[in-house]
Amino acid sequence: MRAFILRRFLTSILTLMGAALFVFSVSRILGDPRVLLLPDQAYGITQEQWDDLARQLHLDKPIPVQFGIWLGQVLRGDLGRDLADRQLIAPKIPQKVGPTLKLALSAFILSTLIGVPMGVFSAISRGSVPDYVGRAFALFGQALPTFWVGIVLILVFNVWFDGLLPAGTMGEGFSIKHYILPTVTLSWFGAAGYVRLVRSAMLEVLDSEYVKLARAKGVSSRTLIWKHAFKNAAIAPLTLSGLLLAGFITGSISVETVFAWPGLARFGIEAVWTNNFTVLAVLVLIFTAAFVILNFLADILYAFIDPRIRYS
Amino acid sequence: MAQAELQSDIEVTIPSYRSTGIAGALQSLNRWPFLSGVILSILVLVAIFAPWVSPHDPYANSLRARNTPPAWTEGGSLDYVLGADVIGRDLLSRLIYGARISLMVMAIALVTGTIVGTALGLIAGYFGGLIDEVIMRLVDIFLGLPFVLVAMAIAVVMGASLTTMIVMLALLTWSGFVRNVRGEVLSLRERDYVALAKVAGASLPRILVLHILPGVINTVLVIATLRSGQLILAEAFLSFVGAGIPPPTPTWGAMIADGRNYLRDAWWISFFPGLAIFLTVMALNFMGDWLRDKLDPRLRQLT
Repeated sequence: MRAFILRRFLTSILTLMGAALFVFSVSRILGDPRVLLLPDQAYGITQEQWDDLARQLHLDKPIPVQFGIWLGQVLRGDLGRDLADRQLIAPKIPQKVGPTLKLALSAFILSTLIGVPMGVFSAISRGSVPDYVGRAFALFGQALPTFWVGIVLILVFNVWFDGLLPAGTMGEGFSIKHYILPTVTLSWFGAAGYVRLVRSAMLEVLDSEYVKLARAKGVSSRTLIWKHAFKNAAIAPLTLSGLLLAGFITGSISVETVFAWPGLARFGIEAVWTNNFTVLAVLVLIFTAAFVILNFLADILYAFIDPRIRYS
Repeated sequence: MAQAELQSDIEVTIPSYRSTGIAGALQSLNRWPFLSGVILSILVLVAIFAPWVSPHDPYANSLRARNTPPAWTEGGSLDYVLGADVIGRDLLSRLIYGARISLMVMAIALVTGTIVGTALGLIAGYFGGLIDEVIMRLVDIFLGLPFVLVAMAIAVVMGASLTTMIVMLALLTWSGFVRNVRGEVLSLRERDYVALAKVAGASLPRILVLHILPGVINTVLVIATLRSGQLILAEAFLSFVGAGIPPPTPTWGAMIADGRNYLRDAWWISFFPGLAIFLTVMALNFMGDWLRDKLDPRLRQLT
């Protein structure tokens, strides 16, 4: 177990380093970072100021040294300045983490509550109408563009049912109601993943010898499904939870755009509109870190529950 | 010959879950993706012959046609079957040209990514050792990056354009192939026919391309089809947030963004492009699922 954790830990660190290297090289190799930092193609800047900036950014040093300096700064929490208003980025982050986290968590809970039972029912009624409802739900969830689902929900529940549910966070009187449309939009995709995975895991387990034996012994079908079969079938979807939370990261970008949600992803979208590279670089790092940590935890949990994993 | 005789002699009973009624109808739909085939064929034909089939110029605006509703609703006209947008451009024509862009971008990125991913998978699996380790860690890193944000950052640095979009989507594609291809190659390379080819003095590229590649091609085809839908979705999303192909080029994602602020007055502007994306991705996914069951049922557990 210890070797397994260590190996996964090292891979995680490697991924983080990879992300850092990626962000660094995109900013240094694809173009002169000074061009990104200065407005209007550095118009009206004297040669002296230009060279000065190079020294400030350590551009006169070799690339590996530059990377070292940059990484050191990031690790100390110096994330650079927002190009739009010249303010430090680091103090802006904490207030934006909350809304994103709350939305992702509520979507995670909702999609688990919907997706897991739906997957089980889909599997036990294989080939009949409930199964096709479950599978259609899953297929739709994976083929619908999340941002469009959000827009259609706004169209129906805000425009057609005149103001039944709020379409975003703008305006006063923020309440639980504001969570409904964004959470539903974000949950569909996750629930769809759960249905597919739980369904196929359940089908596999239901076909196994020990379930057949239990059935032959006369175990009631309720105990059989939830106690014997589901307990084992739930292992695979558990690893999905990590991926799913990561999927919410991507999903939250769609949802935060559509619903004007004041979170991290919205910050990123605004950065695209204003060509704000430094902010995007910071967000790539934050989201990668979140992704890596979640996956690491899911893997540990997986290995803890299923001993076969640790030894493979 | 012998096989054909054998088949007629032995009666194999395969447990069937075929049902009647609605479920049966749904099931037959799944077995042979007729509807998907039709949707995709129409899409490809329309995209190729866009200048001939689109009723209007997708860039031509007309003040008089501003926010014309679809033909079947009140105030609509047959001239603008799906309605017109805020500056009076015909939605149907823009959808048709949008299909052209979406399919072209997707196809180029998919082919590039598939070739790169498959090649790396072959190399990693065949050589093993340090090369394998390096390639696989690279895959891990790529799968661990938040793709959408990375793409947004690249778009800001390189500037949003058609080329940038294709590069970003190819970057998204390749990593999905490596792991599966490598896994297959690991077992293929131990086969006798590969050893024989080696003894017979076949060159390395020859072994890889003529002897190993055919063994993984089914897997590659299935993954590529299943990936294509994701690429359409990714392209649409990046265009939607403004990190895609810049306006006035009609793209489905950007069209949805155009209509966002006019939901109250002109819901059709955002609605139809989304429907087009949905139908396309659905058709591609159905096709992929069907191909997987036909060509490579082992992949079933992975998705």
